[in-house]
This record gives sequence, C-alpha cells and structure tokens, in this order.
Amino acid sequence: MQTEFATIVEAIPPLLRGEEIYTCYFAGEESEFVRFNAGAVRQAGAVTQRTLSVDLIEGRRHAAGSLTLSGDPAGDRDRLAHLIGELRAMRAQLAEDPYLHYATEVRSSARRVAAALPAAADATAAIRSLARHGDLVGIYAAGAMHAGFANSFGQRNWDSSENFNLDWSFFHAADKAVKGAYAGITWDDGELARKAEASAEQMTVLRQPSRRIPPGRYRVYLAPAALWELMSVLGWGGFGLRAHRTKTTPLLKMIEEGVRLHPDVSLAEHTAEGIAPGFQDAGFIRPPRVSLIEGGSYRDCLVSPRSAIEYGVATNGASAGETPSSLEMAAGTLPLDRVLGELGTGIYVGNLWYLNFSDRAACRTTGMTRFATFWVEGGVIQSPIDVMRFDETVYRMLGERLIGLTAERELILDPGTYFQRSRDSARLPGALIDDFTLTL
Amino acid sequence: MSGDDLEAVAARFRGIAPAADACTLRLVAERDEHLAVRRGVVQPPRVGYDRGAMLTVWDGGGVGYAATSDLSAGGLAAAAARARDWARATAAIHVLRGLPPPILPRDGVYVSRVAEPWEALPLADKVDLLRREEERLGGDPRLVDREAGLWHTALDTLLVDADGGRVAQRFSFVVPTLSATANAGSDTQTRTFGGHAFCRQGGLEVLRDTGFLEAAPCIAAEALALLAAPECPTGVADLVIAPDQMILQLHESIGHPLELDRILGDERNYAGRSFVTADMFGRYQYGSPLLNVTFDPSRAGELASYGFDDEGQPASRVPLIRDGILLRPLGSRTSQLRAGLAGVANARAASWNRPPIDRMANLNLEPGDQSLAALVGAVERGVYVETNCSWSIDDSRNKFQFGCEWGRRIVDGALGEVVKNPNYRGISATFWRSLAGVGGEDTLQVLGTPWCGKGEPNQVIRVGHAAPACLFRAVEVFGGAAA
Repeated sequence: MQTEFATIVEAIPPLLRGEEIYTCYFAGEESEFVRFNAGAVRQAGAVTQRTLSVDLIEGRRHAAGSLTLSGDPAGDRDRLAHLIGELRAMRAQLAEDPYLHYATEVRSSARRVAAALPAAADATAAIRSLARHGDLVGIYAAGAMHAGFANSFGQRNWDSSENFNLDWSFFHAADKAVKGAYAGITWDDGELARKAEASAEQMTVLRQPSRRIPPGRYRVYLAPAALWELMSVLGWGGFGLRAHRTKTTPLLKMIEEGVRLHPDVSLAEHTAEGIAPGFQDAGFIRPPRVSLIEGGSYRDCLVSPRSAIEYGVATNGASAGETPSSLEMAAGTLPLDRVLGELGTGIYVGNLWYLNFSDRAACRTTGMTRFATFWVEGGVIQSPIDVMRFDETVYRMLGERLIGLTAERELILDPGTYFQRSRDSARLPGALIDDFTLTL
Repeated sequence: MSGDDLEAVAARFRGIAPAADACTLRLVAERDEHLAVRRGVVQPPRVGYDRGAMLTVWDGGGVGYAATSDLSAGGLAAAAARARDWARATAAIHVLRGLPPPILPRDGVYVSRVAEPWEALPLADKVDLLRREEERLGGDPRLVDREAGLWHTALDTLLVDADGGRVAQRFSFVVPTLSATANAGSDTQTRTFGGHAFCRQGGLEVLRDTGFLEAAPCIAAEALALLAAPECPTGVADLVIAPDQMILQLHESIGHPLELDRILGDERNYAGRSFVTADMFGRYQYGSPLLNVTFDPSRAGELASYGFDDEGQPASRVPLIRDGILLRPLGSRTSQLRAGLAGVANARAASWNRPPIDRMANLNLEPGDQSLAALVGAVERGVYVETNCSWSIDDSRNKFQFGCEWGRRIVDGALGEVVKNPNYRGISATFWRSLAGVGGEDTLQVLGTPWCGKGEPNQVIRVGHAAPACLFRAVEVFGGAAA
C-alpha cells in the first residue's frame, strides 16, 4: 500500500490553491479474520481497507476530511479532488483556529516489519487442533497494517507491520474458562501448542466444583492480563494533558492533593518498545519514551498538538485522544514463582472485565473477575470461584494496599479490532494486593 | 456516493458473481460530519466519506466473506474469489454448514423520515448555533470545560444477490451533544445532554424534538449544583430511574442477554455469554408483570429503525417480554436456524468491512400508566437517578453496577436534595422482578446510543431505546469517594 499512498500524495499539490498547505494521514490493513465457536469456524473472511485523512490549511483556517480509497488511482484522485473542494468551501465559513498546530520540521521515516505468517487455512487447522483441550472460542487476525503521513513540507513517514494475533478461550462449562493469547510476527505451531498446554493445565482446576465467596476484602494477585484491563480504564483520561487541565483526569487527587501511588509503580508510554507508528496525524514524531508516573508520583502527560497550544506546553506527539498506545509498567521484585506462596490464602485473578469508574474523581473503579480466577489456600490453587464484582480505588490497589509487583513482565498485544486492527500494546507485571474489595 | 452509484456497482457485481451456491453483495456508502464548539473555540470540522463492499459466498456448506473498497469489476471479482476460497476452505468445519443461505426480497426499500434536511442549514449557521448553545452553558469560573456538538451521518446501503434480490435503505442520523464540567479542588462533576443519548434518525428537527435548544442552562446549573451536593446515601432503597438511565439498564441487562448469538456461545471469548438459556423462552419470569419489552425497528425516528436487516430479512415489531414472561430472543435468521427458535430480523453489520451478527436494534420498554410524580410519590425513602455515566456488567450479563450523573433523594414521596455520584448495583435475573412502577407515555423518551460494541472482529453500532421512567424496590444504592 505504500505505493498507493505515494501516488495519492502526489495528487494533492496540484489540487491546492493559493497559500494552501496540507497534512495527510493514511491507515490501511490487509487482514484475514477467522472466528471460532465450539472448535468450528463461525465466520471467516478477509478485509482490505485504506483511509486517507486530509487537513486542508490556509493561514490559521482549516478543515479536515477523510475518504476510503479504492486503490484505483484515477478514481481516487477524482474523489480526493471533490473532498478538497468541499473542505475549501467549509473552511471559508470558519473562523481562525487558535489551536491549530502541525509539524513544520521535516522528519521523515520508514519502518517495515515483515512476518512469517502461515496460510490462513493452515493457521485455522492448527488452531482447531487445540480444541482437544476444551470448547474453543476465539478470533485469529493476521496480515499487514499500514500507516503513513505526508505534508506540504515534504515530510514522509511510513510504517508497515505484518503480524498475527490469536485470542482464544477454552471453556469448561457456562462461564468457567481460561484465556489464551498468542501474537507476534513468527508463527510457530510448537509455541502455540505450548501455550495451549499451559492453558489446558488451568482447565484441570476449572473442572473442580466452583467456590462461591461472599463480598468482602481479600488478598488477590492480578495477573498481567487483569492489570492491563485496569490500565486500560486508567488510560481513559488518566494521562492526557487535556483531562489533566480540565480536571477530568481520574488521577485528580494526584494533581490536586499530591496523593502518591506505591513507590514501585512507574508507568511510561514506551513508543520505542511498542508496535504503534512513531508518528501521528499532524506529523509530530513521538519521543521514544514519556514517563507518566515515576516512583508513584505523577510525572508527565501525553500532549496532543492541540492541547500543546491550548495549554502552552510542547507536544510529545500524542494522538488527539491522548491515550497511551505502548504502555509500560516497571517490573517489581516479586519472582513469579513465589506469587502463590506470597498470596497464601486469597484469589488468583487471571482477568478482569468491563471496568468503569464508580467515582471518577476519586479514581474508584468497578469491574468483574473473569476467566481463570481461582481460590488459593496455603499457596496452592484450590478451585475456581464464581465471578465477583470489585469496587476499589487505584490509590488503594496500586498504592497503600500494593504488596508487590512481579519481577517478570508480559508483553500484551491488544487483540482489539474496532474499525481496524489495534496497534496498542502493553508490557506489564502482575500485582499482589491486599484487602481488595469485592462487593457482589 | 449516491444511491445511483451503488446501483452501478451492483450491476458490475451481477456481471462477476462467482459460480457458487449463493453470493451476496452488501454495499455501504456513508458521509458523516462532526461539528463542535469547545470553550468558545470552534473545533476543526471533520467530514468523512466511507464506502466499500462486502461479498459473502455460500458454497459446499461453507461460508466466506471478503470486504473491499475496490468497487471496480476487478476488485469485486477478486473479493468474490477470496470469499469463495474461504467458503470452500470452511465447508466441513463451519458452524453454519448445511444451513441455507438467505433469500432476499426483490425490491426492499427503507428511507429515514427527514423533515428538515441537514444540508438545509449552511455550515456557518450550524456553527453559530453551536456557539450559541455552548455560550449558554455559562461562564461560571468553576466550569472548567464546556462543549456543544453535532454529528450527522448520511448512510446508504444496498444488498443484492445474483438472482435479482435487492434491498436499498437510506438513513439519516443526528446526534446532538452538550456537556459542562465543573470543578472544585479534588471534585469534578460533569453533566451532559442525556449522556449523549438524544440521538435519532431524521434531520435538523431532531434538535428541536429532543429539547437540545433548551438544555444548556440547566446542564450547566446542575453540574455546579453537584459540586455542593452530598454523596448519594448508601443502603437499600427504592429507586426511580429516569429514561436516560433506563435505556442503559435495558440495554445491558435485557438487550445483550437476549442476543441469541451470545446464547449460542459465539461471543464467549469477548463480549460474553448470557445467563439466559434456550429453554427459558416462553416460560421464564424475567421481571414483574409490569415488564413489557419490544423489538421495534418500525418506530419512526428511533436510531435503529430499518426495513430490513443486513441479511435482507424484513423487520417488524415483535414482543420479547410480555407481562414479565420471556417470549423470544434477539436472534437473526441465521441464529434462529442454528437454535431452532423464533427470533427477529436483527442481523446487522457495523459497516461494509464487518459481517452481520445479532444486534438489538431498537429495543424498547413499553410505557405503563403512571406519571413521574406518582412514581416518586410511591416512595417513602429512596433515590431518583438520571443520565448514565458508568456501566459495568459481568460476562453473563447478570451482576451489574451502574452510575449516574445526577441524583436526588426521595423523602416521603417527594424529590429532595441533590446527591452526587449515585451508583446502584444488582443482578439482572432478579432486578427486573422488583419493578414496581412504570411511567406512562408522558415520561417516555426515545433515545439511543451510537456506540454499542460487540463481535470478533469488533463492531460498534447504533441502537435505539425508548423507555419511560420506572420504579424499582429495594435496590442497593451508594455514592462515591471511599471504597
């Protein structure tokens, strides 16, 4: 798709008038999706899509638009010309935008990550073979994802990466299931089998009679996948400058009262280690790393170009939503093989689900346990538990009640596919927490 | 892209349709426009054009799809071949093996009813309108953020097969939004225009019909009032729920559990399963006898009204729960065949790049005969809540916890002081049995959300909900702050 992008970019300058300039962003994918239920294929198909977004600027007036490209150069040029004409007409009706901000320093780049992907039918066969471990449900997504940027100043950025992401569950019965994930750039049947075996081991515990526990406070271990759910809801305004300045950040007490998390908690947007493009739609290049929380204290925000002008600070290449794409939490010192021993009697939480804020200003969250969540006694997993609702503040979970973070971390590649396949990732430890509040 | 253009693509498709048991082409062409004014500044307007095609092939017992934005004959042919490859590759291993493909009507048509077209008002006038409404949110220094917005979508879909089947539908959606955020120290409170739920099919008349043009001063005043309000009390209390929270309650704890693909297990890896099982239909007491819930894609103006679903099945109003008894799932033709249950026409896709799955479309709670004053008057000690701001429910759609923007105590049958951070929790399987009062037509509001997520690959879609105010007995309520 890089050639298609280059071709359509060449078509833009002849369409401009007077002092007009442009920025444009390209997003594309060539994906195979195979959905499974009960070990069979529920839906299988391919999606090829390409979208070009253009900001048409003259002075401080501008209007933005996007269109789906067909891949036919002549047809796409005609539709682009129509869009630019419409944007010009819109712009004429608008006042100057005081927060318009785009990159003027040319910083071009190119990155291509090729993968060793199996034929989709072969991957399907390999995945279906896992159904010997249990009732298999899930989604396999694979193929190329592309992003590009260009502007009137001659900056050109391109990022292509191929990868696969298999996100599956083995169900025992009803809601008793274990989750598995296998994602990367080099498909290996053996590695998949090993991951499936590990999930299957947890299935043996799931077959034990389920334990129903009453609401109360429990010592818990949140596995990295569970902590990722918590980080995802925290990322919803937690680290953006706009949320910070409009006082809508859930970390408001850290800003207003100097409340701190546990000294072991350090969070960063680590673009250099993630799989998201290193540029954004106004042409700014993301720094390799932005420290968000360091040693338990609030550090820096993610700053979009608009927020940078509105609040008078420099942008660090954040997207308009100012949410992390490559979140990293520092490792702790608790060895993974000592987690159950340190947990003693309590709950091993494999995943959390459907988190939201019950009091945003207090950073109080609620959500459910899901998938492999077990009752532990004497450092030994005993049985699955029925799903439970929690309601806790992040200040307790990652502050006063945090016992420790694991020394080992997991790289989680987001399997999300809203609108297009996600390029978000996170590298997170597990967290051992005391007095975790379960309410229902 | 106009409807005529879609017809031209359909004609190309008929020339390249592959040799297979069946093949359909679903075309989507969409134009959307976002306008907003925030803190006195016009945000850059955004207009988007999206168009593409999904080809679905049934062959030898398998089913495959391919979605492409290349609408040339070559592009369609390549996609058809890809879809057929997937159909053949899954012939022996597909969940749908042996099930017949859908049969499309010969000339299905649906068009949103529009009184005042979006285009009738120039952009500059729309921006002026938003400026005015945003200004009317007020200049109190405690208001740290204010925004007014409009989102319009014009959507054409055309579903055809190689045998002359044809369904053409044209939609117009309008989503008006307002929000005011007030801050004092470590407390921040936000009030919105119904949680952005005042979204409808139609044109600019939606702004008048939903009350958008009168809402701003009240929203700002209530955001400020919340700063001074005490926390919602904690305990078991009667709860009167306004329509802009009732729709969330309905959506999460009736809509999703009744989706037949969830009951069949398709969603277990992501959106979840359901506490409802196939044997419950026709006999299960879902709620009190006051509970009546209807699938109604025929209600003019509601967000997810349509004439046909994305499998081309004609859609009509169907009772799902009557007098508290569960009658029928939200299951499309495909799911009905799999489950052996009657359902509704609700196979829907988010766009051309996603395959249809069971969605709730318009799911409505039928009104009763009580006024809001009567509902409140029936409560000795309780809480009244408005406008959803937090939603969470387990993967079986049972244990829920919801939060609202606005609450008021109810004391001796009258609304009392404002309370902030009102939350409540319960269990779907028992919660609806505590329904003790249903508001009449005068309390009913036609609302919806453009943001219902589900499916693998993920899809976000519009759903409509109409609901009156309702009274529930003995609910666990609580406020914010300390956990």
